[in-house]
Amino acid sequence: MNGHEPPAIVAEDLSYSVEAQTLLDVVHLHAEQGQFVGIIGPNGAGKSTLLRALSGMLRHQHGAVRLEGTDLRSLSSREVAAALALVPQIAPYTHGFTSFELVLMGRYPHLGRFQIEGREDDRIARDAMRRTDTERFADRTLDTLSGGERQRIFVSRALAQQPRILLLDEPTSNLDVYHQLKVLDLVRQLVDEGLTAVAAIHDLHMAARYCDRLVLLSEGRVLAEGTPDEVLTPEAIESAFGVRCAVYQEPVTGSLAISLIGPADGEDA
Amino acid sequence: MRAVGLNTLRGYRRMAVASRLAIGGSVLLLLIAASAAVSLSMGPVGIPASHVGSIVLSFLGLETVPFGRTEQLVIEQIRLPRILVGAVVGVALGVAGATMQGLFRNPMADPGIIGVSAGGAVGAVAAIATGAASLFFLALPLFAFVGAIAATFLVYGIAAAGGRFSMATLLLAGVAVNAFLGAVVSAIIILLPGADALREVLFWLAGGLDSRAWEHVRIAAPPILAGTFVILLMARDLNLLMLGDDEARSMGVHVGTARVVLLSAAALVTGAAVAVSGTIAFVGLVTPHILRLLIGPDHRVLVPMSALGGAVFVTVADTVARTIIQPAEFRVGVLTAFVGAPFFILLLIRNKRQVYSL
Repeated sequence: MNGHEPPAIVAEDLSYSVEAQTLLDVVHLHAEQGQFVGIIGPNGAGKSTLLRALSGMLRHQHGAVRLEGTDLRSLSSREVAAALALVPQIAPYTHGFTSFELVLMGRYPHLGRFQIEGREDDRIARDAMRRTDTERFADRTLDTLSGGERQRIFVSRALAQQPRILLLDEPTSNLDVYHQLKVLDLVRQLVDEGLTAVAAIHDLHMAARYCDRLVLLSEGRVLAEGTPDEVLTPEAIESAFGVRCAVYQEPVTGSLAISLIGPADGEDA
Repeated sequence: MRAVGLNTLRGYRRMAVASRLAIGGSVLLLLIAASAAVSLSMGPVGIPASHVGSIVLSFLGLETVPFGRTEQLVIEQIRLPRILVGAVVGVALGVAGATMQGLFRNPMADPGIIGVSAGGAVGAVAAIATGAASLFFLALPLFAFVGAIAATFLVYGIAAAGGRFSMATLLLAGVAVNAFLGAVVSAIIILLPGADALREVLFWLAGGLDSRAWEHVRIAAPPILAGTFVILLMARDLNLLMLGDDEARSMGVHVGTARVVLLSAAALVTGAAVAVSGTIAFVGLVTPHILRLLIGPDHRVLVPMSALGGAVFVTVADTVARTIIQPAEFRVGVLTAFVGAPFFILLLIRNKRQVYSL
């Protein structure tokens, strides 16, 4: 590891609560440049909140987020958006914008106030759509697309932002298995090209297969952190999700696989 | 099924922003010129088109055919200032409508939603009731303008109270303040002494452009053009705000600031429009709405086109209003609602799925 470059993104002892409800409790996370870090954990563990904090959207949190060594609070939102892109979990209602128009919005953080997109921006947007296999939807409005197609449009827009750090909130939650693999393959490929990615992923098998490191959250706290082998132990999974399971190396792809046995408070065996 | 509007102008929407601006702008500017020319020649004193052209050119020292002195006075002192006031009012209502619909993420929002029109009405009615309006002829527009801006501040203040701003509270505060100010206007009307003042109030409330003079152009145009310029600069932020606060923030928009600037600019232009024309209904609601169906929701194109489209709408409507029952005059505010409302209902039915699947 090269000791001169600061990590791409770091959350330092982040705490965040809303009306006496603690959503994040002294959370630490770091992603080196060119790493794919997965955030896993049960529903309500704070995965989305952590991603929002990393993208600078939370106010009044304790602790700090450092983007390439710089405190996020000392950067303008435009500077943040030029370096970091977020793919939302739920695609917003888009009021009749076409897919291409939406993807082209990814160029906004790179344009001056009096500037409009040029040929180069067009090309970047088209490239981004090619990478997510959505070119054929370019002229369609989002309400004519399926949930998975919409999600890929928002991945394209994040790519058009040409970020150095990509945050994804449950990027595969609406997708069929084919597109789950396609999207995660794409993220993996981008990471191998030097991008840093942090994604909330609820599918443990997918997380283990694609991520370099995992952070296991439960009730706003980090329960375990490290490589998939280090994090995905039967004990950690039981303590976070309340299910008993067996973890083994899956023979076909060689990645970790998890067999769920039953709820930890269940009757069987 | 694809949406209606999208199919018709698909090629247009594929063009770059600059081309869309150039083409749409040229079409609408031609429409403005044509409707203004027709309007200049029509009225109690009919003026042939050749004379109209010559009179307009004579302002530039380029007289072509001889024309009568009366004709020149009618155009110079009556019709031209009236058309210009109508055009800038149309610009204001179109721009403010597009801005409000974007900010509220709702195609049903209109410029009056934040209390501007109701505030303006209270100001105007107060000017008439206190007699200030008959002492000094700009008193009424100034009172109306102050009322409009004050009402907006009140509505915004309620929505931002306690440090947590919300668009939903803004909408509800607007409804409440509108109702309250409406009651104030009714109360003043009930207590008004004399039929003349009453007639004047009702006349103003219906919205109209009669006897608008160059002074009205001078007081309304600067704030309207300044506010429009600010909104044009923020059009990109408006695109992102329309998708949601989180969306906008994650794409680099300073949401709080952008919203305050856009709301203030929209209130400024609407306030100036209300001050010189009363409340002209439906222009701010329908203009951006129709244009969005035709040219898409990108505010960098939609805002300037709504400005020009609003000008066309008001110019045409006012020409019809002042010529349809000659020698009497119809109020343009009544006419826009008369034509605008049924047309809007038609649009609602035709495009139910596309626009209202919120």
